[in-house]
Amino acid sequence: MEIRELTCINCPMGCLLTVTMDGDTVTDISGYTCPRGKTYAEKEVTNPTRIVTSTVRVEGGRSERVPCKTESDIPKDKIFDVMREIDAATAQAPVVIGETLIHDVAGTGVDVIATASAI
Amino acid sequence: MNKAYDIVIVGGGPAGLAAAIAARESGTQSVIILERGEQLGGILNQCIHNGFGLHTFKEELTGPEYAHRFIQKVIDMGIEYKLDTMVMDISPERAVTAMNREDGMFVIDAKAVILAMGCRERPRGALNIPGYRPAGIFSAGTAQRLVNIEGYMPGREVVILGSGDIGLIMARRMTLEGAKVKCVAELMPYSGGLKRNIVQCLDDFGIPLLLSHTVVDIEGKEHITAVTIAEVGADRRPIKGTEVRYTCDTLLLSCGLIPENELSTSAGVRLSPITNGPVVNESLETSIPGVFACGNVLHVHDLVDYVSEEAAKAGQTAARYAQGAVEKGGREIEIHAGGGARYTVPSTVCIDRMDDRLTVRFRAGDVYKDAYVSVYFDEARVMRKKKRIIAPGEMEQIILSREQMKEYPDLKTITVKIER
Amino acid sequence: MYDVIIIGAGVIGCAVARYLSAYDADVLVLEKNEDVCAGTSKANSAIVHSGYDAENGTLKARFNVEGNCMMDELCRELDVPFERIGSLTVCTDEGDIPALEELRQRGINNGVEGLRIVRRDELLSMEPNIGDDVAAALYAPTAGIICPFKLTIALGENAAVNGAQFKFDTEVKKVYREGGLWHIVTDDAEYTSRAVVNAAGVYSDIFNNMVSTRKLNITPRRGDYILLDRSVGGYVRHTIFQLPTKLGKGVLVTPTVHGNTIVGPTAYDTEDREETATSADGIDSVIAKSAISVKGLPTRQVITSFAGLRAHEDGGEFVLGEAEDAEDFYNCAGIESPGLSAAPAIGKYTARLIKDRLQLGEKADFIKERKDILDPSALSIEERNELIRREPAYGTIVCRCESVTEGEILDAIRRPLGARSLDGVKRRTRAGMGRCQAGFCSPKVMEILRRELGVELTDITKSGGGSYIVSSRTKDGD
Repeated sequence: MEIRELTCINCPMGCLLTVTMDGDTVTDISGYTCPRGKTYAEKEVTNPTRIVTSTVRVEGGRSERVPCKTESDIPKDKIFDVMREIDAATAQAPVVIGETLIHDVAGTGVDVIATASAI
Repeated sequence: MNKAYDIVIVGGGPAGLAAAIAARESGTQSVIILERGEQLGGILNQCIHNGFGLHTFKEELTGPEYAHRFIQKVIDMGIEYKLDTMVMDISPERAVTAMNREDGMFVIDAKAVILAMGCRERPRGALNIPGYRPAGIFSAGTAQRLVNIEGYMPGREVVILGSGDIGLIMARRMTLEGAKVKCVAELMPYSGGLKRNIVQCLDDFGIPLLLSHTVVDIEGKEHITAVTIAEVGADRRPIKGTEVRYTCDTLLLSCGLIPENELSTSAGVRLSPITNGPVVNESLETSIPGVFACGNVLHVHDLVDYVSEEAAKAGQTAARYAQGAVEKGGREIEIHAGGGARYTVPSTVCIDRMDDRLTVRFRAGDVYKDAYVSVYFDEARVMRKKKRIIAPGEMEQIILSREQMKEYPDLKTITVKIER
Repeated sequence: MYDVIIIGAGVIGCAVARYLSAYDADVLVLEKNEDVCAGTSKANSAIVHSGYDAENGTLKARFNVEGNCMMDELCRELDVPFERIGSLTVCTDEGDIPALEELRQRGINNGVEGLRIVRRDELLSMEPNIGDDVAAALYAPTAGIICPFKLTIALGENAAVNGAQFKFDTEVKKVYREGGLWHIVTDDAEYTSRAVVNAAGVYSDIFNNMVSTRKLNITPRRGDYILLDRSVGGYVRHTIFQLPTKLGKGVLVTPTVHGNTIVGPTAYDTEDREETATSADGIDSVIAKSAISVKGLPTRQVITSFAGLRAHEDGGEFVLGEAEDAEDFYNCAGIESPGLSAAPAIGKYTARLIKDRLQLGEKADFIKERKDILDPSALSIEERNELIRREPAYGTIVCRCESVTEGEILDAIRRPLGARSLDGVKRRTRAGMGRCQAGFCSPKVMEILRRELGVELTDITKSGGGSYIVSSRTKDGD
């Protein structure tokens, strides 16, 4: 049995959620005031994910950095693996918003795309 | 260039863009945006994190992506804009003096002006932090620009004072870029930032949030080397004996935003001492006829979606004004904030000019749990809505309906209150 | 070999250099900081005293009054903002009027003109926001306000144009006499000269004591100030002092030539000659004391606070002229208040002493005038457009709060003794001095400096030395 405490992010209430787990199985959730809190807690303890945003180095253009993001969310424990690949990547100018900068970043199956254009 | 436009919009950030689009959609052709930056989009260009647009587009965008959708529309609609152009003065007669490298200094006569200059961060000086004044102290937004746009790191060991959203966002950005963020100190007993940012920018990376704490000393003659942080009492004064020293090479300040109203002031626009933004009526028109305001220059917003929504309204009403389609006169009803609500925007409403529904935005002065938002028409309470939580960091709103107001022909004052 | 080496490029060192540069002499100014005006000269009340305060017969009295008289012409020649707004020294008790009268008499003896006692009724018409308890004031119409940065920069720049050399980031470690010459040892070189001027501010006792048996002892006296936003401008119209009482010296409230309001200073003696940290107590006391002379001062409109160090010598007097037992070693030591007011007179006096001793001739092509960085806001629209057509950089506003154009910043960097840091640009153009305190413009000014100086952004500093602004590029993987 493992007990985990989380802060709900859905509204300024910031309910303190307590999740009881038996291995990978959630056995109890308490502390939420609305159903969104319960759903959040379930996801956060079983499969927490995040979108990672940063910048990628650009060569051959006026801008030297272009902002980027993972096209969808990636597992939370992969954030720094993703950052390592983003830090190492280089794009060639011009970059168009939405363009893929890194395929399948850190083995997540998710691409890193440009969130702005760079000339 | 053309020296007369129906509508001149000062600022090409999220407010200016949305106002321009709405003005055009309301049938005004002659619209120009004057933007001081090198690109449209304003501060969104440096807000590269996600979380924008959930209300407007039902999806989560980054700042540049959110801006891009509006910029693309402005371009597609053929709305004129000038970049790297600083508005120097606005006269009460709506003559807008601006300057850039290509055109020099020029004056545009506008039928209507929309103020959309945004806001700026409160600097260190205004916080009266004692100690040295070395390099390495930045407002969070300046650091955000350096890191995200210029691609430079201010330092590697960071302390953040103030838990506004920009500070929280920068805690994560600096961490992802390899810096160690030691703590975020917040003077108030609660954070002004979104819960989501506290969890995803601080908790995710084990960065402590020290509520009721402030910086009491800054060390380092040339470059910052350390800060001392102390707990503060209920009077917000440091408590002796609670000091802890943190070595650092960077101090970021995220201690509040101030609407940027120097131009408004020089035009003679009346400002609210609470919001530091113009006092406006239901049309978002300021004390000077034909001068409208929207976005963070009007009052600091929590979400850009509400900026866009408000600005669109200003675009529509300015277009109506420029077309000469505004009903003159009409009785003004005052909207007051009371009992925990700090202010309302707008602060007056005229039944003859308002749409069927009017959004009134306000902020609370404190954290309220299980409280009520009430609306009074003079002495009569006409609305009472229970809220689980009301916090100063989040904008609240109520909707007034014209039909309901018409039922009170002698209505003089509408009061928005937070009641326990 | 130089004729004269000046230690220190504060307002005194620059004034001496400027007046010396009118003569045929090889002059070298050594400054440990990266720019002129980096010590006491940069953090003070920015006022020109009338000269009633110093005891009769003192050097302080003489040079204050002389310096005050020189200020109009000098500021016209060097294009430095200076306004004779007058000062009011207020008392809160009718019983203190004799003390004001005493000051007036002292001033008359010092040669100060126009001094008179003003009663509350008249005072109210001069200063509507004067404190409710203020009973009377000593009015000194010759007092003024000045920009200390601009004065020091202009003096230094004019000296440089007339041939004086400046070496920055150069700290003098040792001064000794050998073979009839002075030897000046710095971090990385040794220079020789016929004469030395000690204008080292809070360090001036150290250099004096290296060469003279008549020891000096300087105690840095820290003063905390707050600076209010220009939106407060006009709240007071004169420099308002408080008559010193048993409770202390009081603080002054004064407008600046740029329309801000300065309140301060405190007085804390310190050991550390670089201790320019403000203290919470200091700021609180400045705000509290200001309420005695000015009511309702909007101290919430503070845009910055700062602290400066005054070089207080044990004797409480300026130490000027050749040291008794050190030939051709000229002191400008112990220059605390009214040092800024006295600076032109001290510079002229010291230069004359050296000229006479070294038998220097007058420089035939001495250029006594200098134009400050152009202020485009003083131009008409037509003139301004003509300027922008010629120099498009004048069409780009870099600092929004103070409306400073790129053209002005380029001028500040490119002219003699040009700016090399953010503070250098700030002191010359006011970019970053406004209410946002450089939040918006610092990345832009850094980029302009990088381009102009041909360095990396990581080399750009706030004020030289280790005051870098950004430490590395992102994605550099260290």
